[in-house]
Formats: sequence, structure tokens, C-alpha cells
Amino acid sequence: MGTTKEIEIGDSAARTAGFVESEEGELQGEKMVLNMGPSHPATHGVLRITLELDGEVITKAIPDVGYLHRGDEKIAENMTYNQFVPYTDRLDYLAPLANNVAYVLAVEKLAGINDQIPERCQYIRVICCELARISAHLLGLGAFAMDVGAMTVFLHTFTEREKIYDLIEALTGARFTTSYTRVGGVARDLPEGWTNKLSKFLDEVVVNFDESERLLSRNPIFQDRTKDVGVYSAEEAIDYGMTGPNLRGSGVEFDLRKNHPYLVYDRMDFKIPVGTKGDCYDRYMVRIEEMRQSVLILRQCLKQLPKGEVNIVDGKYSLPEKRKVLTSMEELIHQFILVTQGTNIAPGEVYFGAENPKGELGFYIKSLGGGTPHRLKIRAPSFVNLSILPHLLPGHMVSDVVAVLGSLDFVMGECDR
Amino acid sequence: MTSIKLAKKLTKKFGKACSEPGEALGEVTIEVTDPSRLVEICEFAKGELGFNYLVDLTAVDNYGEDPRFEVVYELYGYAHFCHLRLKVAVDEESATVPSVISVWRTADWHEREAYDMMGVTFDGHPDLRRILMWDGYPYFPLRKDFPLAGKPSEMPDVAFTNKAPLEGGPFVTSAGGKDTTKREPRSRTAEISSSDD
Repeated sequence: MGTTKEIEIGDSAARTAGFVESEEGELQGEKMVLNMGPSHPATHGVLRITLELDGEVITKAIPDVGYLHRGDEKIAENMTYNQFVPYTDRLDYLAPLANNVAYVLAVEKLAGINDQIPERCQYIRVICCELARISAHLLGLGAFAMDVGAMTVFLHTFTEREKIYDLIEALTGARFTTSYTRVGGVARDLPEGWTNKLSKFLDEVVVNFDESERLLSRNPIFQDRTKDVGVYSAEEAIDYGMTGPNLRGSGVEFDLRKNHPYLVYDRMDFKIPVGTKGDCYDRYMVRIEEMRQSVLILRQCLKQLPKGEVNIVDGKYSLPEKRKVLTSMEELIHQFILVTQGTNIAPGEVYFGAENPKGELGFYIKSLGGGTPHRLKIRAPSFVNLSILPHLLPGHMVSDVVAVLGSLDFVMGECDR
Repeated sequence: MTSIKLAKKLTKKFGKACSEPGEALGEVTIEVTDPSRLVEICEFAKGELGFNYLVDLTAVDNYGEDPRFEVVYELYGYAHFCHLRLKVAVDEESATVPSVISVWRTADWHEREAYDMMGVTFDGHPDLRRILMWDGYPYFPLRKDFPLAGKPSEMPDVAFTNKAPLEGGPFVTSAGGKDTTKREPRSRTAEISSSDD
């Protein structure tokens, strides 16, 4: 009699402790090992996690990454700086524009030309970063909602992403593999009428944020699945090197765009949303609010966008005009050297981190002189964000794994490089 | 507080164990000359100087030079927003540096990656396995003497799975005869089919 037991402990760690205590004795069973992934819809790519279960409670989690390893860092050592731009598209392939920008900013810092980039180019790059952020967060949000059972949001957010892809296609000529930036500038100026299309899109997308949020934020099922699930404190987040929304969800008010402004972020007026508890729900809220702030930044960019060059006017870094190449000796030589040997960069080493949608995407570049890097290390935010899993997952139920993974919003292309 | 001031505090405290801070491209670098005191230095950097975030850890192969490898630590402090780089030279014979996992837990995967790609081992790491390549892969692909085209190597067995058993597996109920508790898959010991049947 009286076998039904109410479980009211909110904290998952306490819940596990309770289970272990109450089930000691004859009820203690063997632990079971469950393999999740590498092809599982909730692992968003090819992440594999080996879960050790006691009943339905996870006691141990061993993530296994590397299924998508392509040796990007090795490849980078064997080509010129500009040739590596297309490879950065394939890091976080949900925000290729932001990766392009982060990479060339690192190279420009190494070359010491970061203060010579024309203003218009800097504004265009900010537009690229923020557009990429909205696109990446929309996908992250849609996929997260779908993983925890809300299908409609996914369809909503993908409608808007489609419009972003149309904009990106008009800007770069490609929808996914943008390869838009170059050392010292961007591949081409904004096409005619593009800014009008962008401001029309911004008006539409804010409506969509509200609709998506109305479907989730006060949805009891969504709240049950995400609140008090996957909690880590600010100290743990810093200790594990979490960055981006995953760090801010735990209440650390830190954003590289604000604390170390690059490009023209210091002229933008925006806020950094932070969470309080550090659970899945907070991380979701941070992302929603970040998209709204991105829209604000984009509107300011459109208002302030100056006219002028989009490339640095220095034949040693960016390609000269074709007209001049055909008529002038000096430009012809610059063109020839740039295409065959690449940008010559003085020996030195540099680390540059940019605030990407997934977190801090950093490049450590060591040059021994010449047109190719000696070593290029990519500090991938998804890789570091995933390293908290063995610490975070134990104590949760199997079904919580899906919510935790969705809220961490990682991309394996970037994690495995 | 600036990076250079913090770096000077560090060099003052550890004297001969590290070089004078060098500044280039707006970044401050300290070379740790005595690797055996690395953990001590890192603990001081985190505890006293507030570098609580290990941004990145990587290894560089300076092939043809002695010492051959270089391990690079990028530190950052959320309290003072300052960045500092530590570098340790590692010779080819030992190729070992002390692990800093006890200082920053994020060093776990970074060190595994550096070991996997460059073959530098981290003394004191509790679980130094390959992370991006598979267990048992014989080479270190980011070393300069490893060709870009790669080298042939055997694929691990785990890449291939045996055919799924129609009956007798741990999750399959066999019908008829016995009562439900006996038929329940979890009550049996799993008969793991070997590859030759």
C-alpha cells in the first residue's frame, strides 16, 4: 500500500541523491550503458555521448567528438591567408558570415592594419555579424523548441531564416558558403537597394520574434522541460570556459562586442541580456533577447552607414582595381604577388577572439613571415562549450539530455574542425 | 590594471622561472623557462592575479628548432578584462608539460586536443586520450613532418558493426513458452554474438 511517491525535489542533483539513497538494497540494479548518437536528431550533427544510466537517471556521460574532423588547421598552414576564408564558412556553418569576419579580423590584427580598414567596410562587417547572429539564433531556437516538442516554432523561425538567406545570396552570391570577407576588406560592396530590403526584413522579423516567444516563453510544457534543467553556476561556466549565450545565461555580463569592442561596436547602443539561474530556460531567453538587440544594432548600422571604399587602398593587402592592373606596372606586380604568394605578413603571433553566435570564436595565428601562417589554431566555442557535458549531465534524466543539448546550441562542424 | 602590470607582478614573484614580459601587437607574452613550476605559476595567475578564464591552449611545432614544441596558454580575467599569454618550450625527447587541469577545468579537452594533434603529453592529466582522431591512430597530424595528404592507417574496428541479431539480443523478447518475467529481456544475461556467427 502507498507505493505512489510524489517527487517534489526541484534540484536535479538532489533528485539523483534521493534516488540513490532510496533504492539501495535489493532494488539496486545493474547500471546500463546507453549510446546516443552519432546520428541522433537531438545531437545536431555527429556528436556521440555514451551515457551510463541508473534507471532513467544519468550517472556518467562521456561525449565523443571528432566525427567531422577535417584537419582545417593543417590545411590553413598550407595556403595563403585569403585562401583560407572559404574554410571558415564551414566552421559554424549556421553563421558563415560571422566566421569570415572573425577570421580576417585576426589576420588584420596580425598584419597590424586593423586601424586602416575603411569605415564603410567596418559597418558592412557589423551588418554581416549581426545578420549571421539572427540567422544562427533562429535556427538554434527552432531546433531547441522542436527537440523539446514544439514543432511550430521551427517552422516560424525557418520562414525568417529563408529571408536572411535571400539577403545573403544577394550580398555574396551564395546562400551558405559566403566567403565574403578578404584581408583588408570585403569581396564586394552592398548591391543596390540591398539596405532597403534589409530594413524591410528587420520590420518583419521582430514580429516573428514575438510570435515565437508567445509560443514558448509562457508555455507550461516548455517551461517544465527547460526550467531548472541543465543548471550551472557562473563560476562553473567560467571554469569550463563557456562563452556566448551559454556564459551569459549563468549571469556573467560579458560580451566581447561590449568589453573589447572591435569594428564599430563601440558606436552601437545595445544591451547585453543575462540570465539569473543558468538553466536551459535562461539560455533560451538570452538568445531571444540577443536577436532583438541585433535588430537594434542593424538599424543603427543602416542609419550610420557611410559612403566610400570598402577595401583598404594598399596594393600589399587588397587586390588593385582591374582597370589599373591592365594599365599600370605597379598594380600589375601587386596583383601578381597577391595572387601567387599571398599577403606577406611579418613574423609574430596574435590571438583574436570575436563574439560569434555560439560564443567566442578565436584564432591564434603564428607567422614566420611570408604568405602562409606557421600555425593557425581555431578556438571553437562549440568545442569548449561541449566540454562541460561530463560535469553537467550526471543527475539528469535521459529526456533532459535533449533539452540540455538544445540549449547549449553547438555546431559540430566548428567543434571538430 | 593593465596586462603589463599584472605580468610584471608575475615575473617579480617567480623571478628566474619566467622571462620578462614582452609586448607585441597589443598583447603581453611571458615565456615560462622552468616548466616544472608551470602549475604553480598558473595557480598564482588565477588565484592572485585573477586570470580565471583559460581562453585557449595550443601547441606549436617549430620543426627543426630545439626545443621543438611550444605550448601556448591564453589567459583572461573577467574581473579586470586583461589578457595574458604564457608560453612553454618543450623539447622533442620528453615532449611533456605538467597539466593545468587542476587550475582550470576547461584545460581538459584543450590538452587532449594538443596531445592528439601534436603528440605533446600532459603530465597529470587524468584521461589523456585522443579526442578528434580515433583511439589507436598512430600519428600526430599537426606535426610539420606529417604530410598534408595524410598517411595510410588502419581503420578502427568500431567503424563497422555486426549484423543486428534477430533474436537473443539484450533488447529482444522471445515469444512463447516461458512466463513474462522470464521472457523479459533484461532478466537474461545478454548473449553477445561474436562476429563469426
